Amino acid sequence: MIDKTVASAADAVFGIEDGSTVMIGGFGRAGQPVELIDALIAQGAGDLTIVSNNAGNGDTGLAALLARGRVRRMICSFPRQHDSWVFDGLYRAGKIELELVPQGNLAERIRAAGAGIGGFFTPTGVGTDLAQGKEERVIDGRRYILEHPIAADVALISAYRGDRWGNLVYRETARNFGPVMASAATVTVAQVDHVVELGAIEPESVVTPGIFVDGVVAVPPRRWVDHGRFVGGVDIDGEPLEVTR
Amino acid sequence: MTGLGRVELAQRIARDIPEGAYVNLGIGAPTLVADHLPDGLEIILHTENGLLGMGRAPEPGAVDPDLINAGKQPVTALPGAAYFHHADSFGMMRGGHLDVCVLGAFQVSSSGDLANWSTGAPGAIPAVGGAMDLAIGAKSVWVMTDLLARDGTSKLVSECTYPLTGVACVSRVYTDRAVFDVMPDGFRVRELLGGATVAELESLTALTLRDRP
Repeated sequence: MIDKTVASAADAVFGIEDGSTVMIGGFGRAGQPVELIDALIAQGAGDLTIVSNNAGNGDTGLAALLARGRVRRMICSFPRQHDSWVFDGLYRAGKIELELVPQGNLAERIRAAGAGIGGFFTPTGVGTDLAQGKEERVIDGRRYILEHPIAADVALISAYRGDRWGNLVYRETARNFGPVMASAATVTVAQVDHVVELGAIEPESVVTPGIFVDGVVAVPPRRWVDHGRFVGGVDIDGEPLEVTR
Repeated sequence: MTGLGRVELAQRIARDIPEGAYVNLGIGAPTLVADHLPDGLEIILHTENGLLGMGRAPEPGAVDPDLINAGKQPVTALPGAAYFHHADSFGMMRGGHLDVCVLGAFQVSSSGDLANWSTGAPGAIPAVGGAMDLAIGAKSVWVMTDLLARDGTSKLVSECTYPLTGVACVSRVYTDRAVFDVMPDGFRVRELLGGATVAELESLTALTLRDRP
């Protein structure tokens, strides 16, 4: 019997080693696997390269990992946000390396790694500072630059439902980088709001097939979602307005 | 000569978006355009973080943190909306599937180069997000901006001095004083706004402008 469910977030991140490249899903806070990141913080691995669209928000999740000095290098598209003070401080102090990648190139480089593509020519970034040092080629009269795949040792992502084979369904715009990151890492762990019985996810509706997923961890359900439906009453951080977590 | 306000400019841009168009509105002022799309027309808004059919902001107390726009503000999804992952979302841009994209700008050059992601100031933390993908992706890339920067210099220039976001990518510029088309031989005034004259615009921009055809 195949059973990819893992008892706890701590068990799921147990094997992550110092110096690993770790993809972390999410766009801002939406889809950020906060419980898995908290477990990674507790687990202690350092000298990490993190691939994620942003570089942390507030003082929780990815920002908390950064604050503990565990990250040597960030590969991301948009580190600077109104609530990214942790990254801002590290960057200004010269304590973290940054590889800035246009967002679509970031997604496609991750997708390429997962799909076995050795590189691709993209028009995004042509003629800009971010194309410096990259091979340029004219194809059918249009300028393109060569971009290389980004693979990872581990991907930590967040989905809404998952089964023991690792099939995943996401919720709304929290899907974002989850599907491509799942395909691009040697080991992919998904935290899910609900682990469901095999067959409970319609095969037509599976977004990430289980072949891309190695571990599925249930995290406590969020109070503002009931049976997949939004029931309201939260602030933008996802904190219930009338219910204390 | 008094320029149009932000809201009036958003209204002006909204009038040029046809029914059935797939449209991406950039972070900042361009998001105002969404509030002024004509009632009754079906125009589909795309947000880079994986949604087609984006609706307006939710009612207070009905904020769903899983449902946000590119600026990470809460939004809603209309009936008929679709969610997709990031590689698909940027494929929609890069693949030329979006009809219109409206972006802000620091500078636009007379050859349609766009600078809107970095002022190149030393010590600034660089962040590009989807700006470079949007700049080269849509069938029509429109810029929404004041004609003059805060320091009084023209944002329409012969050559951008700020770092480029995209090369020869802008087709039209909506400013508070006039609407300009980017033509093979430079900016052409498409429409004067707020009582401006072509002579005043040439004085403000220090550019030679072609007048309306």
